[in-house]
Amino acid sequence: MKEIMVRAIYCEMLGYEASFSYIHAIKLAQQGSAIEKRVGYLAVSLFLNESHDLLLLLVNTVLKDLQSTNLIEVCMALTVVSQLFPKDMIPAILPLVEEKLTNPKEIIRRKAVLALHKFYLIAPNQVQHIHSKFRKALCDKDPGVMTASLHIYLQLIKNPDSYKDLTGSFVAILRQVVGGKLPVDFNYHNVPAPWLQIQLLRILSLLGKDDQSTSELMYEVLDESLRRAEMNHNITYAILYECVKAIYTIYPKSELLEKAAKCIGNFVVSPKINLKYLGLKALTYVVQQDASLALQHQMTIIECLDHSDSIIKRETLEVLFRITNVKNVAVIVEKMLDFLKNVFMEPDILFLLYVGCFPLLSDTYSPNNEWFIQTMNVVFSLGGELMHPDIPNNFLRLLAQGFGSEEEEQQQLRVFAVDSYLTLLESDTAHLPQRFLQVISWALGEFSYLKDGLEPCKVTKLLAKLLDERNVTSESRSWILSAMAKLSAGPGAAALALQVSERYSSSLDTVLRQQALELLHLSQDPELHARFFHLWHVQVDSSLSFLDSFVSEALSQGAAPYKAPHQRQEELRQEKALSLEPYSISLPVSLSSCSITDRQSPTLLSMSSSLSGNSNELKAGSSTLKLEGVKRVWGKEGYLHQQDAVEEAAQVEEAATPALPLSPQQGGAESQQTHGDLTVVEQEKQKLASSLFVGLGSQNSTFLMGKSDSTSQQFRRKTRAADSTSSGVSERSSSSSHSSCSDFLHNNLLEDSQNSLNTQKIGVSNGTHEGPVTQSFQTTSKETSPFLDAGMVLVQPCSPQTELRDFVQPGSSGITQTSLRSQFPPELSQLPHSDISLLSSDHSLSLSACRAYRDDALLFVIILSNCSQSSTNGLSVQLDCKHIFETFSTLIQVEPHTQVTVAGSVSYRAVPGHTQTLQFTDKLFLTDFIRPLTLSTEEYGKLWLSFSQDVRQNLKLIQGEGDPLRATLSALKEQLQLHIVDIIGSEGIVACRLLPDSPCLLHCRIHGGSLAVWLRSPLLSLPDCLLYYCQKTLEEC
Amino acid sequence: MVESGPSTRRPRIVALRSSSSMIKFFLMVNKQGQTRLSRYYEQVDLGKRPALEADVVRSCLSRHKDECSFVEHKDYKLVFRQYAGLFIVVGITDTENELSIYELVHNFVEILDKYFSRVSELDIMFNLDRVHLILDEMILNGHVAETNKTRILAPLMVLDKLAEG
Repeated sequence: MKEIMVRAIYCEMLGYEASFSYIHAIKLAQQGSAIEKRVGYLAVSLFLNESHDLLLLLVNTVLKDLQSTNLIEVCMALTVVSQLFPKDMIPAILPLVEEKLTNPKEIIRRKAVLALHKFYLIAPNQVQHIHSKFRKALCDKDPGVMTASLHIYLQLIKNPDSYKDLTGSFVAILRQVVGGKLPVDFNYHNVPAPWLQIQLLRILSLLGKDDQSTSELMYEVLDESLRRAEMNHNITYAILYECVKAIYTIYPKSELLEKAAKCIGNFVVSPKINLKYLGLKALTYVVQQDASLALQHQMTIIECLDHSDSIIKRETLEVLFRITNVKNVAVIVEKMLDFLKNVFMEPDILFLLYVGCFPLLSDTYSPNNEWFIQTMNVVFSLGGELMHPDIPNNFLRLLAQGFGSEEEEQQQLRVFAVDSYLTLLESDTAHLPQRFLQVISWALGEFSYLKDGLEPCKVTKLLAKLLDERNVTSESRSWILSAMAKLSAGPGAAALALQVSERYSSSLDTVLRQQALELLHLSQDPELHARFFHLWHVQVDSSLSFLDSFVSEALSQGAAPYKAPHQRQEELRQEKALSLEPYSISLPVSLSSCSITDRQSPTLLSMSSSLSGNSNELKAGSSTLKLEGVKRVWGKEGYLHQQDAVEEAAQVEEAATPALPLSPQQGGAESQQTHGDLTVVEQEKQKLASSLFVGLGSQNSTFLMGKSDSTSQQFRRKTRAADSTSSGVSERSSSSSHSSCSDFLHNNLLEDSQNSLNTQKIGVSNGTHEGPVTQSFQTTSKETSPFLDAGMVLVQPCSPQTELRDFVQPGSSGITQTSLRSQFPPELSQLPHSDISLLSSDHSLSLSACRAYRDDALLFVIILSNCSQSSTNGLSVQLDCKHIFETFSTLIQVEPHTQVTVAGSVSYRAVPGHTQTLQFTDKLFLTDFIRPLTLSTEEYGKLWLSFSQDVRQNLKLIQGEGDPLRATLSALKEQLQLHIVDIIGSEGIVACRLLPDSPCLLHCRIHGGSLAVWLRSPLLSLPDCLLYYCQKTLEEC
Repeated sequence: MVESGPSTRRPRIVALRSSSSMIKFFLMVNKQGQTRLSRYYEQVDLGKRPALEADVVRSCLSRHKDECSFVEHKDYKLVFRQYAGLFIVVGITDTENELSIYELVHNFVEILDKYFSRVSELDIMFNLDRVHLILDEMILNGHVAETNKTRILAPLMVLDKLAEG
């Protein structure tokens, strides 16, 4: 049997499905002895995945083996548990695994810890209560167990605040490891436990990040591991790399930074290619913290740019990409395009690089408009058909909406574009890719009127010529035709349009024919033309509500209700799957009937018990949740989806406004040193270097470039030219910041004469954060929320004394709750909101915040009040958007967390020329993002079916007068904003959604004095997080 | 420098999805492109595996000796090491330390060498289960679980003894 199983493994490895052998693998694990059993477990772990149904059959075997007295069997069971285990069955074996933590054998303890690590990965809330045992494992006398526990800590410390106290232990462990205190067999090529060291360094860097006092604890040990790792072996380099990374992540210490920088220097110049790669990778990381380091290695970087290995080249570009600023962007982009020309064979990389290039090009680094247009031209002609369609789309949007800069500059950009396209069209167009042609024709159609003295006739002629090219696809032709339609108003153009439309009105392509006919009519009737093109702002009923009556009519005549495609697929899938339930039970009921096991009696799992449960349910079933025979209405799903699409589109437009600039370091890049004789090649390289690294260093950084060299002089002039434009650019950048913050709801009550309160209010809408912030360049931008338009606002002193009284309470911090509430913007005060809490204050300014719950968003309102007598100006608020963007997007889209922290600061000038800052932090909880989801019972049923995974937990019931179920559910409803869909007998169904629209369904049932809850959601960890709050709420009741 | 710290960090050019460092898969392939061992630490459809493996081998074979042993492939990195006609390729996330994985591969081969006393491709073919067992001791859920040679081999040795006895 064992041999056969190995062969089955072989088959699967070669890509042939061997699903018939799965059940035998489980059998082998159940019945085999020693090696057979192990192979059975191995086969199971290779064949099945976490959600496979057959895995349930393994639970009993695992349980038996965990209880076995045979160490080997226990060992095997723990190994397989830490590889894969069904999430819902964890409670069944958790006590057994916990018990193994105190086993005298090292290997059992180690594997038990690894199993707990697995549990933590798949269901963190289930193991919350054994954190103290993790600590014990960390202090285990055996290094192997300790190593295993580090895996858990590396996960836990992603949220470092509660583990700062462990820093000392980690440092001590690392010191011992580095000092060679471990047994010799942990060494690898005479290096003590290298992977353990790497793990520890990662943990330390997480702990020390942005935390000076914690970082201070680790300086010494980091220094020591830098010193110790001096042997010439790859593995020591790996440790060094991790060390350098840690040094640059934690709170900086100059001495260590210097050593780390030297270390990287050695890496980068190393002849060993792998080491060079690692050095460059480290450099990419480091230059983000300290761009001047790139200066030290400029010559090496230049050499790497010409390296024969494209991976090295790519990594070098990565470094350059991170040091881009206004002055060197032109050179860097040129290098990137060079690279792209050479690796044309790899569309993957090409595509990804473009995605990366685009924000770089479109954001305010581009030195001037002309350059931008020209670079985009190169990008388009190079990218060809491989290019991702987003790039031309974004580009066109950019042209249409501009950078959010002044109108004049935008027009200039468009004129440049039109100009360059005309020149392109006049030359040979055969080699231009289709997408580029489409871009060109759209831009010409829209903006060619901007250019003075340009006859529409001329443009139309060029377009007509393009139309006749043989290799133009019909898609591009239709773009061209619509461009012509826009231009067809002029007299000369009309004649030409007539000619063209006659030719194409007999085209075989129906779309083209249609457009040609449209063109014909538009060109003949100028009035129609004018009317047509002023009718831009058409209202679109995106919800398609006008179809409602049609739909309901169709439904009443027996048509099937609409199902979203994914729902259909899901149902298909479920039909195909093995049905374990008896027939004709509506689903929520059958689910509750699968009351397989409780925490208390885990071993009772058997089909018969659930079947007997079913027969009971069956009787009650028809009286409890009625899902059949209710008239169905227009599917909620489809409806919702369309709204989403519209929202998304709107938000994409917002996202298209460029990311904010990362305050370019303006450094004097004037060269001072004169160098004598240098070879021509060297000079070339140095020139390149100085152009690449311009603007990076501080004033005193020296450049190698010779002063006497005439060509370099010429070059420097160029940089200066760029310099002069840079002021314009930065101006634009500041205004662009406004536009990208347009979603910020500013509300200035400064001029409010009625109560003359001198308060600034800014509502920060979170609306955008839930949306498509997934574009990578968006997430890192540091957003400064501006005050209205000018960026400078004078906060006037409190004038009349009477008003002052109810505003500034003598002796107190100055603000009372009521006065704050009265300042609350009216449009927000109608919304449900949390209490206004004072976050921080100083002698002249106090800052409070409040969360208002809009139906589709969470508004985070910051209220600033001036509590001094003097005026305050130069006010600016910064929110640490790294937290908001990164954490929120993960919070909402990938994996919900129970809470996230928002941090920010306010800076202002109370005394002219003296800027003060006020820091604040606040926490946002998952519950802030939960909204009720209003559903009918039958919609609920449908939605329930469309999710497959569920999480089950027993909750406390609130015992009071009346129905305990009702009482409990309404308590949950009050606290967590849930929607109770229906309560029937001892069961209730509840629904909520996580913003923007991730539903979570709860099915509750009274079960032996407690409330059994099943949760289903498309987001895997949402149920876990929600359960946490449910538990918390019920504990507090 | 401190102020401009984390919030000004720019994304990598290639957008990488996973943030934590882990191993995605472990492959042993010979020069002809035949898979000798494969272990996935992240769910990959059975049907997609051969294509992925072929891609991976192709991109590794195309590398010169004097080029570095790391390749970017889709959204992860490949670390490969050649032993005679056999390639060992490990797919990792971007944040993982490439060089440490490179050495981990060597550690693995050293262990195989110790167990089989001078390992060859045939040993791996005919003892697929044992190689898997060794690998499972070493890498678990995409994380390095154990690197101590004696400890990795211990469970297997016991099993072998039981089988003989």
